[in-house]
Amino acid sequence: MSNSKSEELSSDIKYTLPEEDWMDVPVRMKKGMYCHGANENSLITVGFPNPRQWSSSETNWKLPENWQDIVLTGMAERLEKYRSFHIFMDICVRCGACADKCHFFLGTGDPKNMPVLRAELLRSIYRREFTTAGKLFGKFAGARELNEEVLREWWYYFFQCTECRRCSVFCPYGIDTAEITMIARELLNLLGLNIEWIAGPVANCYMKGNHLGLEPHTITSSVEFLTDEIEELTGIKIEPTFNRKGAEILFVTPSGDLFADPGTYTCMGYLMLFHELGLDYTWSTYASEGGNFGSFTSNEMGKRLNSKIYAEAKRLGVKWILGGECGHMWRVLNQYMDTWNGPADFLEVPVSPITGTVFENASSTKMVHISEFTADLLKHDRLEIAPSRNDHYKVTYHDSCNTSRGMGLLEEPRYIIKKVCNNFFEMPEHTIREKTFCCGSGSGLNASENMEMRLRGGFPRANAVKYVKNKYDVDMLACICAIDRAALTTIMDYWVPGVRVIGVTELLANAMKMKGENNRQTDLRGDPLLGAEGGDAEEESEDV
Amino acid sequence: MPVKGMGLRDIMAKEKGNILDGWYNLILETYPPESRVFLKKKSDQFANPIGHTISASIEGILEGLLCNGAQEQMAVMLSDIIRIMAIQDCSPSDTILLILLLKRTLRDTTRGYVKGDQLFSELLAFEDKIDRLTLLSFDIFMKCREDVFNLKVNELKRSTFMIAKRLKSEGAETL
Ligand code: SF4
Ligand code: SF4
Repeated sequence: MSNSKSEELSSDIKYTLPEEDWMDVPVRMKKGMYCHGANENSLITVGFPNPRQWSSSETNWKLPENWQDIVLTGMAERLEKYRSFHIFMDICVRCGACADKCHFFLGTGDPKNMPVLRAELLRSIYRREFTTAGKLFGKFAGARELNEEVLREWWYYFFQCTECRRCSVFCPYGIDTAEITMIARELLNLLGLNIEWIAGPVANCYMKGNHLGLEPHTITSSVEFLTDEIEELTGIKIEPTFNRKGAEILFVTPSGDLFADPGTYTCMGYLMLFHELGLDYTWSTYASEGGNFGSFTSNEMGKRLNSKIYAEAKRLGVKWILGGECGHMWRVLNQYMDTWNGPADFLEVPVSPITGTVFENASSTKMVHISEFTADLLKHDRLEIAPSRNDHYKVTYHDSCNTSRGMGLLEEPRYIIKKVCNNFFEMPEHTIREKTFCCGSGSGLNASENMEMRLRGGFPRANAVKYVKNKYDVDMLACICAIDRAALTTIMDYWVPGVRVIGVTELLANAMKMKGENNRQTDLRGDPLLGAEGGDAEEESEDV
Repeated sequence: MPVKGMGLRDIMAKEKGNILDGWYNLILETYPPESRVFLKKKSDQFANPIGHTISASIEGILEGLLCNGAQEQMAVMLSDIIRIMAIQDCSPSDTILLILLLKRTLRDTTRGYVKGDQLFSELLAFEDKIDRLTLLSFDIFMKCREDVFNLKVNELKRSTFMIAKRLKSEGAETL
């Protein structure tokens, strides 16, 4: 019903919309579908061009006078620099295979959210300015002029793409619309047209080392508060170290894990796991952010923010880096970090100090995913596990777009879940793994003012969760991404009430028997364990 | 084709498929033309979640009307479709349009049958039931909008969860 108009009721009811070419349909920016514009100060902090106070909901965006030149020059530079971008501009045959694969199209019914049309928004300008056919034949060759209307359309629709890459899985030519969105956002960024939900965290991260802008003492006290919670639950006192030189491993995770529900429980899980293993590791209060909102503005900014992780690893003299549960952090790590700031020759190829496993896949970046690390521990039976301590949950698993399509991490989280849970149910095959549906809030779009957009984008994912809820009574959606933990909780509350969201490491920590622990009566978030009244929930378990 | 002795209920049972198709198509025509083609595809429920939800939900509503379903059951089925409308730039009156579209389809489909007074008054009585749905739809729509508002509040609370928890543990009275 996206375009129905109630006024139509009062006169002769007209049920249909005019059948126009997409280029002739002017952009109508709908409330709830876009974010606030970037603040001047956020841009100044990192030296981004054209900072100014402007409002995305007003018509005057206070563009610099030569804005068209800036965009076209920027486009020419990127066509030269990124071969992939140039190819993506040329080779689409409009076969339509990607058209109905985007969660935003599926959730909005808006044709400009079809990946092929999203790319056409940019491609039409490319044709007009950089191809002979476009210059000669204009609209007949799919070309059009760059004007303010087009710019608004770009801004509206390129901040309605979560860079999830689902469309690229179905494209016979491998066109990656996410990469096109990245370039489009770079071009918008040249005009100061970013969104504050991204620009603010970028400025914070640049100044303080994390998106939330937490000072070192806040980070240490937050982690210590979590250790108090763990002590209350297990009777075990954990004393993690911060900025410790000479530690074997540096641990980096998204800062949201330290503060936001339910990420904090995942964070407790990390602390418990590392303590149980006696791992020689340290937290850093400077490289205190695994995520990288810089990568949602420009390659260059992504690189600048990412570099602090290596700089800190070097300063502390660690051997390798272990990373927590995050989505785009791993996309950046797997696809860009090595080119941007690698190879990290001053570090060693990661070796698990517990099992001796050499993580060859990380031999260049020197950074290992917590799920790879944990799955290896379980494979070698290095943890005592009572899966029945998760029997009060019926669990399904959401593949984060970034860890699945961005790095191919499909089996490890599932391996862990199956080891630590007795009740695990997969969602339908074409909604998981490489074909997973996005949460609808990724790539820096998890703001509050665009809630309707997020709910629409999250609908295809929720629809699949609803299916397993109805079929198997699933009540927990597991994931390995901080944005998922925050955003999917909201998506579930609206579309599938009764399903909560949980990190895989939280599930692990629920089931992990720690040496010297109390007889646990509840799980990490205080839910009573099944059979806990009897006092010995885990005794009834059978290890898998 | 009018058949002597057929009541409205029989006619509707016979024409159920046509009524549903008609209603569904009218709803889809409120979407842009490029999207309509896709939404009309009867592909599986995961590849076309909106199309599937709309068609499953309107079928449930019609069946509920035919067998005098309880208000709560009708609310569940209406809720599936209105939950989508509530976040798709629709106004409360658009949800009323949804139900009016059913009325229109119903009249179009049964026109050929309704000759005598008896059927006509049955149709009017049935339309009364449909009218009651409009009121219910309005309430559901408002509830969904309230849910959206609460989602924002709850998200904010969750993002500052630790601060609240710490203050509590440090003895603060409220937060
Ligand atoms: S990358 Fe994801 S959000 Fe962007 S167009 Fe493709 S499917 Fe849609
Ligand atoms: S699938 Fe690839 S080639 Fe086909 S329309 Fe989409 S982007 Fe173009």
